[in-house]
Amino acid sequence: MKCSICKQKDATVHLTQIAGDKMQKVDLCEDCANKKGVNDPAGFSLADLLLGLGAAQEMEQASGGTELQCPRCHFTQADFKKTGRLGCPECYHTFAEGLEGLLKTMHKGTRHVGKVPQGLRQGRDLAERIKGLKQKLDAAIAGEDFEQAALLRDEIRQLNPTNPGAAPVRQGDA
Amino acid sequence: MNIDEFLISPAESARRRGPHDRIVMSSRVRLARNLRNSPFPGWAKKPQRVAILESVRPAVASLPEMSDAFAESMDNLTPLDKQILVERHLISREHAAKNAGSGLVLNREESLCVMINEEDHLRMQALRPGLQIRQAWEAVDAADTELESKLEYAFNADLGYLTACPTNLGTGIRVSAMLHLPGLVLAELINNIIQSVNKLGLAVRGLYGEGTEALGNVFQVSNQMTLGEPEALIVERLEKVLAQIIESEENARGTLLEKKAKMVYNNIGRAYGTLANAHSISSKETMNHLSSMRLGMDLGLFPDGDRALIDELFIRTQPAHLQKQFSEKLSAEERDILRADMLRENLRPVSRPVTPPPASAAPADESGN
Repeated sequence: MKCSICKQKDATVHLTQIAGDKMQKVDLCEDCANKKGVNDPAGFSLADLLLGLGAAQEMEQASGGTELQCPRCHFTQADFKKTGRLGCPECYHTFAEGLEGLLKTMHKGTRHVGKVPQGLRQGRDLAERIKGLKQKLDAAIAGEDFEQAALLRDEIRQLNPTNPGAAPVRQGDA
Repeated sequence: MNIDEFLISPAESARRRGPHDRIVMSSRVRLARNLRNSPFPGWAKKPQRVAILESVRPAVASLPEMSDAFAESMDNLTPLDKQILVERHLISREHAAKNAGSGLVLNREESLCVMINEEDHLRMQALRPGLQIRQAWEAVDAADTELESKLEYAFNADLGYLTACPTNLGTGIRVSAMLHLPGLVLAELINNIIQSVNKLGLAVRGLYGEGTEALGNVFQVSNQMTLGEPEALIVERLEKVLAQIIESEENARGTLLEKKAKMVYNNIGRAYGTLANAHSISSKETMNHLSSMRLGMDLGLFPDGDRALIDELFIRTQPAHLQKQFSEKLSAEERDILRADMLRENLRPVSRPVTPPPASAAPADESGN
């Protein structure tokens, strides 16, 4: 087995890290292991190593060999290979496909379940509430309950002044 | 303002107490945040970084916690001042290498420190003495919530807070504690501990963070995964693991005293002998011996000694702190001589270790204080 970093010498150091139910493996030659500080247990983290190693290849595969570039900041895959960092927030969208596998090996999950900024939290709640009301509105119209529909329309308008309610309600009013 | 006029003195800093501080030296929670419409600092051009700093710095400085803060652009700090901040664990080594376009906002109590344009636009950290990771999380969470209304964060409903490095994606949180583990090192159990901690998805690093040596038997334990789990769960897991490490360290100390007392006394006695009598000593050797003396203090071998003195010397014998006390530029050899002078002088009031420790000086169990 060849070393996963230099791909020349035989791998003699085999690392496995188990985190939760995921197992990560890396095979290195003596020299690369030393270079990466693998033998110093305090200075070594497999995630950092994997990031430099697998990430770029995975992104290349995901893009089918064409060089992706972020339309916002012009960051490319080659840049990611070099630095292990992305160029701008939009890069997460640009390189989403290639990043997915990487995030899977690196993290507990691939979806954020933590803190959400308050502004967005309210925005999200509001959007969901309006969506719910619109569904009720559609049902009311379908059931020809125009009185109820008018109430719902007013409620939606109140929540979202830029959206003048759904057109069918106006017909119902007439 | 000059940074060493602003910073709490090493003596005062070493006297701050926290729960379990004989083993847990400090707790820290760091959040990584970025602005929605700007490239990350590593990819931004210098004028962009300067513009980001100019918009972020006043927002951070306007936080109520930051009244009377030290707020400075990194190019206004001398290399020596930056090194002092690294030795105090207030900024990362990476941040110390930054110049124009990067900045720092640090509050008076040194409990909240924001690095601007390190790897991310904002790296804000709450620091507490002893084991207080929950308190640190609450503090940094509150500061972050206040900043939300002033800055537009890069946030995605699926991926959470977007960070320059995918390893920080999601919560952007790094919860860590700095631990003094001489018992586990002497008992040769430390590698087992590191391995089991690694298996739980946590990282163990040296004194100065990523890729550094565990000088002075000081280790940093932190989470690695930031996506797919809420912050509270990460904090909770760290708390559990730290409680276990504390217990293992206490057990290791107990077992060593029971079974290998001579080895422990030898280690501490030699450390004292060297520090109290050397005329030239490197920073690395100093830290390792100070660690042994700190253990000796914990075990009651220095009845007239004060652990805070050892912690103070931990800070003051570091290269930049030492250099700061002298106006002329010192070579490494000169520093080693001055370091030894300082140690002999400061350890004069500390009598040689008493072995076995007198019953009256037996270590009080300080857990939970």
